[in-house]
Amino acid sequence: MPASTKNKGAKFSLDTLTHQEYKNIAQKHEPTRSIFKNCVLAFLIGGGICFIGQAIQLGFMTWFDMSVKEAGSPTVAVLIIISVILTCLGVYDKIAQVAGAGTAVPVTGFANSMCSAALEHKAEGYVLGVGANMFKLAGSVIVFGTVAAFFVGLVYAILGLEGVHHP
Amino acid sequence: MRLKGQTWEFTSRPTLLAGATVVGPEEGLGPLFGDFDYIYDNIEINEKTWEKAERKLLEQASQLAVVKAELTKEQIQFFVGGDLMNQIISSTFAARKLGVPYLGVFGACSTSMESLALAALLVDTGAAECVLAGTASHNCTAEKQFRYPTEYGSQKPPTAQYTVTGSGCGVVGKGGSGPAIARATIGRVMDLGIKDPFNMGAAMAPAAADTIEAHFRDTGLTPGYYDLVVTGDLASVGLPIARELLQKAEVAMNETEFNDCGLLVFDIQKQTYVKAGGSGCGCSAVVTYGHLLKRLINKELKKVLVVATGALLSPLSYQQGESIPCIAHAVALEMEG
Repeated sequence: MPASTKNKGAKFSLDTLTHQEYKNIAQKHEPTRSIFKNCVLAFLIGGGICFIGQAIQLGFMTWFDMSVKEAGSPTVAVLIIISVILTCLGVYDKIAQVAGAGTAVPVTGFANSMCSAALEHKAEGYVLGVGANMFKLAGSVIVFGTVAAFFVGLVYAILGLEGVHHP
Repeated sequence: MRLKGQTWEFTSRPTLLAGATVVGPEEGLGPLFGDFDYIYDNIEINEKTWEKAERKLLEQASQLAVVKAELTKEQIQFFVGGDLMNQIISSTFAARKLGVPYLGVFGACSTSMESLALAALLVDTGAAECVLAGTASHNCTAEKQFRYPTEYGSQKPPTAQYTVTGSGCGVVGKGGSGPAIARATIGRVMDLGIKDPFNMGAAMAPAAADTIEAHFRDTGLTPGYYDLVVTGDLASVGLPIARELLQKAEVAMNETEFNDCGLLVFDIQKQTYVKAGGSGCGCSAVVTYGHLLKRLINKELKKVLVVATGALLSPLSYQQGESIPCIAHAVALEMEG
């Protein structure tokens, strides 16, 4: 068979397979990710965390005679401590595998990202390890949180609205 | 040694004198628990850091392999080893303890067969009489280096794989009663544009298919010649892709049993946290030097082709949006008689 007709033949070759053709083959074998199930679990577990937060806040208001605003900060602190304890016990990542965004979005996720990084890098010492890596994951949240706040502030300024400052 | 294409035919047929495996607790819960020499009951491997744990696995497996081969350290002329850590530190520290001349290699998870192929080549060409080959991986060192802190709560997709905590080492020499290392095919780097580091199976499947195709093209053998062809760590996503690619390339894999070490080492139905299956340097190493070697010695298997697959990415390369270059190296083990 002359070379020219050989090349035109339908013989499959990995060298001539395009990225798109391969992607189509690979995607067929990829297990489907249940977006609906993930959303429901994230809603239930994330909602559950918020429910617990609400209960803690009510507890502070009832037994410590705090106002809604005053109870806010200690509530967050309690949630953070619970999250840190669960991270240290090696439980938080297991809950997160089921919960997805449900444990990532609330303040507990932020605490977990810092605590897990601190734990992981303790081996490299307190300065080069814990100190330098603690914000490895949480750093982006702070950076983009600040950036978002700046733009929101800008919109307020342009529209002539005055932001309310909570002392 | 005869070179055919990208395949070395080892004419003196060096022997895999002995193999040793040391694994972590999760591998001990897997179906192959009876094939390992030592199973730790804690993921820390009684060490203070993950890196020390990985190193200890390799140190112990390498020393055990030498003992099982009924040799002394002084009789080992070279140690060929590698691992997944930056600058292959686990192998280097293990080599420091061994105190034998050392060749560090990196082939990501294909290091197991890359090192074995090189060890066999050294023995076959007369460059050495006894060579130790080995590698190790630890689930938490891999998570720490390539993904997130181990306790970070991120949800893994079903295509993700679970790095094996374990080390496998083998001693290659002449004579002896172990299986012969008949031939080895050195793979090319293949990259078909997969960028998702949580889908290594799909990234590595073309490399496995390419090496398997090259192996049969170079040797003129057919898949039916082997009782078993195993890939390193394609797992439940990559193996069917490799099967389809080979079917398209008209390589008759249905003539033989075609499986994957990542599916053998864990029971993916029961150990659901492993997701698609096992991965890592230790995956193909512990399956080969533990499970397969045992079955070869018992003559349940006579001819096996191990195709270890490796994803040659770095945390930096995928963060910069590069796709994942992959490789696969194949080594054929044959039991005489």
